[in-house]
Amino acid sequence: MSEDDERQQSPPSDLEFVSNKARNCNATGSGSGHPEFQSTYPDQVLENVLENVLHFLTSRRDRNAASLVCKSWYRVEALTRSELFIGNCYAVSPGRATARFTRVKALHLKGKPRFADFNLMPPDWGAHFNPWALAMAKAYPWLEKVHLKRMSVTDDDLATLAELFLGFKELVLVCCDGFGTSGLAIFVSKCRQLKVLDLIESEVSDDETDWISCFPEGESNLESLIFDCVECHINFEALERLVARSPSLKKLKLNRYVSIGQLYRLMVRAPQLTHLGTGSFSPSDIAGQGDQEPDYVAAFAACRSLVCLSGFREIIPDYLPAIYPVCSNLTSLNFSYANITAEQLKPIISKCHKLQTFWVLDSICDEGLQAVAATCKDLRELRVFPVDPREDNDGPVSEVGLQAISEGCRKLQSILYFCQRMTNAAVIAMSKNCPDLVVFRLCIMGRHRPDPVTGEPMDDGFGAIVMNCKKLTRLAVSGLLTDKAFDYIGRHGKLVRTLSVAFAGDSDMALKYVLEGCPQLQKLEIRDSPFGDVALRSGLHHYYNMRFLWMSSCRLTRHGCQEIARAMPRLVVEVIRSADEEEMDDVVGTIYMYRSLEGPRTDAPKFVTIL
Amino acid sequence: QFSHNTITKANQTKQIKEQEETEAKAIQIGSKDRSKKRVEASCFVSMEVGRKMANMLGTDHDLNFKETELCLGLPGGIAVVAAGNETESSSSPKTSGKRGFSETVDLKLNLQSKESTMDLNKNLDDNGSKEKSGSAKDPAKPPAKAQVVGWPPVRSYRKNIMANQKNSSEESGNSGAALVKVSMDGAPYLRKVDLKMYKSYQELSDALAKMFSSFTMGNYGPQGMIDFMNESKLMDLLNSSDYVPSYEDKDGDWMLVGDVPWQ
Repeated sequence: MSEDDERQQSPPSDLEFVSNKARNCNATGSGSGHPEFQSTYPDQVLENVLENVLHFLTSRRDRNAASLVCKSWYRVEALTRSELFIGNCYAVSPGRATARFTRVKALHLKGKPRFADFNLMPPDWGAHFNPWALAMAKAYPWLEKVHLKRMSVTDDDLATLAELFLGFKELVLVCCDGFGTSGLAIFVSKCRQLKVLDLIESEVSDDETDWISCFPEGESNLESLIFDCVECHINFEALERLVARSPSLKKLKLNRYVSIGQLYRLMVRAPQLTHLGTGSFSPSDIAGQGDQEPDYVAAFAACRSLVCLSGFREIIPDYLPAIYPVCSNLTSLNFSYANITAEQLKPIISKCHKLQTFWVLDSICDEGLQAVAATCKDLRELRVFPVDPREDNDGPVSEVGLQAISEGCRKLQSILYFCQRMTNAAVIAMSKNCPDLVVFRLCIMGRHRPDPVTGEPMDDGFGAIVMNCKKLTRLAVSGLLTDKAFDYIGRHGKLVRTLSVAFAGDSDMALKYVLEGCPQLQKLEIRDSPFGDVALRSGLHHYYNMRFLWMSSCRLTRHGCQEIARAMPRLVVEVIRSADEEEMDDVVGTIYMYRSLEGPRTDAPKFVTIL
Repeated sequence: QFSHNTITKANQTKQIKEQEETEAKAIQIGSKDRSKKRVEASCFVSMEVGRKMANMLGTDHDLNFKETELCLGLPGGIAVVAAGNETESSSSPKTSGKRGFSETVDLKLNLQSKESTMDLNKNLDDNGSKEKSGSAKDPAKPPAKAQVVGWPPVRSYRKNIMANQKNSSEESGNSGAALVKVSMDGAPYLRKVDLKMYKSYQELSDALAKMFSSFTMGNYGPQGMIDFMNESKLMDLLNSSDYVPSYEDKDGDWMLVGDVPWQ
């Protein structure tokens, strides 16, 4: 653009011609310098330069910003974006996406909202991958990678991916459903370039197809094979042969139908593994008595590159010492399916000096957490899951464990902590000891539980978190909370993008504080809290900046939601009915609303009404 | 005259229905009644609540106590609901056949490694269960800790895995008490029994009969209230074939106690 300006002020045409020619020669080394092409040439140069530069831009936020500079930048950015991320599959249609971005190699799509994981949404709500698969088959035949979260994928979709994309390399399905082992069989048999097949916490139906045997013969390019969530028997001999012919395999996560004896055989063939999911970690029933037990310790010792360990689905704790050789190298350890005690944990965790990510069950009690705090000084992420996820139990972990972690693990960035009791004091301590916290998710399992020591609500604890943890972007609250807690969040949670609220707050003011105070808020999920239409209205200025808002069992009425839908034409407001609700009830059970360029979706099931 | 006939007929039908219900209904230990028109809840009913409900019912003698009483019902975790108020429910969807929520089942063979007796006082004091936060604090609402759908927020995937692990450890014979919750329709609160204390089904049956002897079922007083005074009637009923103990197994099916060998 500056070049255009220069030309307008430039000297008479003959000199211009000369100077332009010179410029062209310098810039490109070629150049006819013909006057008729001169008006487009500098633009072309600029675009070429831009294209080359923008190729280096990987962050999608940076790219979004770049695309807003001007039309030229918009065009070039669209040409150079190779990884397309769509946080809500209904925000934009496949056609629109493929029209704008023409050279995409990797697609990352997210479907259902997170509360669907907790049975708060009837099945068959939507988020079908199928229209995307078909659109991409036309637009991106060179597509290499698909990453889906909470989407409905059918066996046919898997077949499409394998058959229509010849260079397909990576499939990652997180929390997906709708497909089975027969779909997997087709997929792996036809996808010759496959490097990554990661099935994570997905529901895979057992069609009794031996999909492991369907991997093509000959050397495989497999780098990652994760199937720990697949709840069916697999053909172990075929798996063993597959691992043996996959020299690049680095990540292998087995399901619980693989015994420890079988694990041994695989490890011996793949000592180069960096990520291992151990399967059941117990012997199979048919293990012979008096058979020599393999040298598990040696097998682990041979895996010198192992940094990430998980599995332990049906652990026999006697076998735990086998993993001692790798502990000192581990950066990630997932014991969240292993019901072990503090005593069983201690000898392991005391060796894990480099641990950064630790997932565990509360069976280790506060004592176990103290052991973690004593050794894992580098810990960045901790998740403590409940063995018994019910409300009316005494919990094995409490404020004592949280306090210990906060004192020992100062670099903590992300925590998810399920407990039955928690004090404000411990939460405040964590807010001060762990200033780097980005994610703070505390789930006090009993609803409306106050601080058991002071009897106070948990307002001050969460208030301290938003005040002291200046990098906080994700927050989940629980326990007895008044509007005051939300006032704190609105005042101090300026970077908060994701907020989860359940059984909290006293009045509309709480929601108002948050909607008015948190400019970065993207994802807000609320259940069973006393917020009504007035509160909903207070977010009108912000809803277009958000990915979605979920509210269930609150105090919204149909006409209140209708108001919002009318005021904001580019917002899709879905009213989701549970089975026993009547269609014309004024009280709304669940609303899920999200910005969209496409208006109401055409695939909504009967229990969804779009206002 | 026409309307009078209709009313009489309606009364008759009601009476017949009541009779049928009393006789034919095997009052299981754990409700078997799957009437879907009622919103059912997993809860504890206190005596106080029973009385209050009876008062609410007023003078309508024909009102079938059964219709309005809170029952233990479908796994699927429906929110606690005041008597008779069928429209009030949480937004949680009814189970569409999926029974993944171990937390919502009233009677399930749940084994715990430590003893925990149910504390009735704790439940009475705890009025924090506002499943439907839109509802006013209804004094007749039982103070029960109903398990709510989707809470705590643990993915059903994970819950299922932990439940499976529990079951397999039960099979391999863990030490410790095998505590099982036992409920009886109409009883104000549940009990827990340690299955390991008994060596046969007969012993269990006797123990249960003793445990529930403080209540009486099936004979409703004029106000539709449970007659708690008539112990001998209860013992008769419990020992008769009208009442059978049943339980829900890990597949979610209601099973008659006694089929599986005691071991």
